[in-house]
Amino acid sequence: MAYSEKARNFYQGELRDIKEGGLFKEERFIQSPQSAEIKVEYPSGAQPMDVINMCANNYLGLSSHPEVIKASHQGLDDRGFGMSSVRFICGTQDIHRTLEDKLTKFLETEDTILFASCMDANAGVFEAVFNDQDVLIADRLVHASIVDGMRLCKALNESYKHSNMEHLEKKLQTYQDARFRCIVTDGVFSMDGDTAKLDEICDLAEKYDALVFVDDSHATGFLGKRGKGTHELKGVLGRIDIITTTLGKALGGASGGCVSGRKEIVEMCRQRARPYLFSNAMPPVVVAASNKVMDLIMGSTERRDKLENNTKFWRKSLLEAGFDIKDGDTPIVPIMLYNAKLSQDMSRDLYQEGIYAIGFFFPVVPKGQARIRTQISAGHDINHLERALEAFIKVGKKYNILGKTKDEIIEMYGL
Amino acid sequence: MEDIENTILEYVIDEYLEDEDDEIGPNSPLISSGIVDSFSMVSLKTFLERKYNISIPDDKATPEAFDTVNRIADVVRSFIS
Repeated sequence: MAYSEKARNFYQGELRDIKEGGLFKEERFIQSPQSAEIKVEYPSGAQPMDVINMCANNYLGLSSHPEVIKASHQGLDDRGFGMSSVRFICGTQDIHRTLEDKLTKFLETEDTILFASCMDANAGVFEAVFNDQDVLIADRLVHASIVDGMRLCKALNESYKHSNMEHLEKKLQTYQDARFRCIVTDGVFSMDGDTAKLDEICDLAEKYDALVFVDDSHATGFLGKRGKGTHELKGVLGRIDIITTTLGKALGGASGGCVSGRKEIVEMCRQRARPYLFSNAMPPVVVAASNKVMDLIMGSTERRDKLENNTKFWRKSLLEAGFDIKDGDTPIVPIMLYNAKLSQDMSRDLYQEGIYAIGFFFPVVPKGQARIRTQISAGHDINHLERALEAFIKVGKKYNILGKTKDEIIEMYGL
Repeated sequence: MEDIENTILEYVIDEYLEDEDDEIGPNSPLISSGIVDSFSMVSLKTFLERKYNISIPDDKATPEAFDTVNRIADVVRSFIS
């Protein structure tokens, strides 16, 4: 047997280290559709509990929307289950192209190409477009999939301090001798819930002749007046050269992602992006439902408007209750606790109160920056948020953190 | 402290520290403490290569070799001489 005792012992040791480091991730089994209220079995084998979900990326509440489900049934009947092919052999149906066109229209770009996920889009786009004559200058808090994609590309990987425009400008000046410079950022940063300064970034890009790349996965569908994303919110529609985003969050939440932007760049991805060339086409059932999602969000801003109101309510309520939250206006609302164990203890207690919210700590966030990240959805009604608030206040009182400053929390619990 | 150490320390403070009150010295851990992560470490390597006109192969620019200013200076010196 090739899987020797040596190999087994090695991996058992690695897994033990992960557990002892407190970094072992356990999955919780959800026995209901994704929604504001879910039935969760945790720990494994325990009696399932009904809880309010405060940690899904289901921003528009479309994951289990009746019209989306109906469209996916229809797609299954009309176009079948799987494609059994990559896109360029025999994996492209008319509905794939329709979805790409709808995304182009919605995002106000020149063209769009679908990927199996946004992780794949980020993994493929840089290598397809840039080479060792170029430099990629990324915000230091960009998503891990962007870091991986940059590493797969031969361009020089550079970075600037989070949202620090002076530092970015200095880097752009340093690399004026490169063939192409590309500024790389998330639209909304997933751990802090803050937005990139895309207006300033686009101005710097013009001044120093750089392209702009934005991963808008945590914004597409709801940020900006018509929900187009961070580029709409910051008034830079048409000025972003490469947008990557996901269908796996607000836009129905099943799977899939895309690169949308300048038509030559999109075409380069069709010709050269390896995750596109070597992954199966998105399944028809997901494409059909995603087309319906695009119709829903282009037909009405009702859901993004509700999400905006819910977000305002949640942020205001937490502040009034005395929680220390990160500033911002997105539905990602981190409650800062700083101490890793405190974030785990509070998350566990909240679960017992019927609230599903996860604590994050190093290495997912920087050391001493542990928090509980809450995510608001248009699927939440105010009574969900009121119940969640009640539980947060109860647990917050237990740990005596309400009304406390960062320094006071650190003094009580350490870093 | 010698010139190379000073130059690297100045760069690290300017490039990586977010809070002006943070203090680091030539033996402060940079990577194992989380001040510099492996992604943003590339800036440092590029700076050293341009400043000293050297080329540091990736297998010499390990997180261990780049964990303190003094260790980084040793790496730089080994390529200058």
